[in-house]
Amino acid sequence: MTELIETIVKALVDHPDEVKVVEVADGSKLVYQLSVHHSDTGKVIGKQGRVAKAIRTVVNAAGTNQSKRISLEII
Amino acid sequence: MKQIQVTGKTVEEAVSAALEQLQASRDQVEIKVLEESKKGFLGFGGKPALVEVSLKPDPIEQAVAFLQEVTMKMGVPVTITQKKMGEEVILDLSGDKIAILIGKRGQTLNSLQYLTNLVANHHSNGFIRIILDAENYRERRRESLERLATSTARRVMMTKKGIALDPMPSNERKIIHMALKSEKHVETSSEGTEPYRKVIIRPVTK
Repeated sequence: MTELIETIVKALVDHPDEVKVVEVADGSKLVYQLSVHHSDTGKVIGKQGRVAKAIRTVVNAAGTNQSKRISLEII
Repeated sequence: MKQIQVTGKTVEEAVSAALEQLQASRDQVEIKVLEESKKGFLGFGGKPALVEVSLKPDPIEQAVAFLQEVTMKMGVPVTITQKKMGEEVILDLSGDKIAILIGKRGQTLNSLQYLTNLVANHHSNGFIRIILDAENYRERRRESLERLATSTARRVMMTKKGIALDPMPSNERKIIHMALKSEKHVETSSEGTEPYRKVIIRPVTK
């Protein structure tokens, strides 16, 4: 899952080397913390959070065969 | 990115030599003039031009590569077929667990489409529109939206009351508007703000 998020985000930003994804288990939830170069923050969030929403939709689709709930945080 | 440096008597000549070497056309490359040519006197002291020509990544190729990688990491590898329709490029996905990629009401397919368009247009200055399709989903969705449009219109005519449909993306709203364009007893309009914009079907009052 970490790899999937990295693949998507790296293709969208100007500084792919600074994309980091950390997986944190939180009880029944899996939280992925995404951090990017500060000038790329807007690119992964998008107008009205459109990009962030699209990434979350894809990540959730990939996680349907897992029993844990998945959430993606952008730091 | 493929990049070469070429010299020529003039900038013009150097560029066309480079294009020939790369087998590319002018709009597929970026050209940087490193040194202008100088005319010598009676064949002495002249300097050739030096240009650096780099091949721009092809947006469609990038889109396909992106999709291939993303779907593989999602655990749903796909085969992608390209079709060009006017200004738009349709990428058709086929594979084993395609339902995962479509999602509820095409949510996942629409999200993938949005991301793919961002990736394709990231490096190009022109604008390319990519449409993702899987197992004829777009066509099936269009048919069911048209059925929804006519049946809702019938209910509106019977009850003489307007009905608001569920929120839809713009391409789906357009299908509803088009389906009821020739229907004289009802009118359609879109209200609300994205992503909750929805079509409202109202009776025409005379």
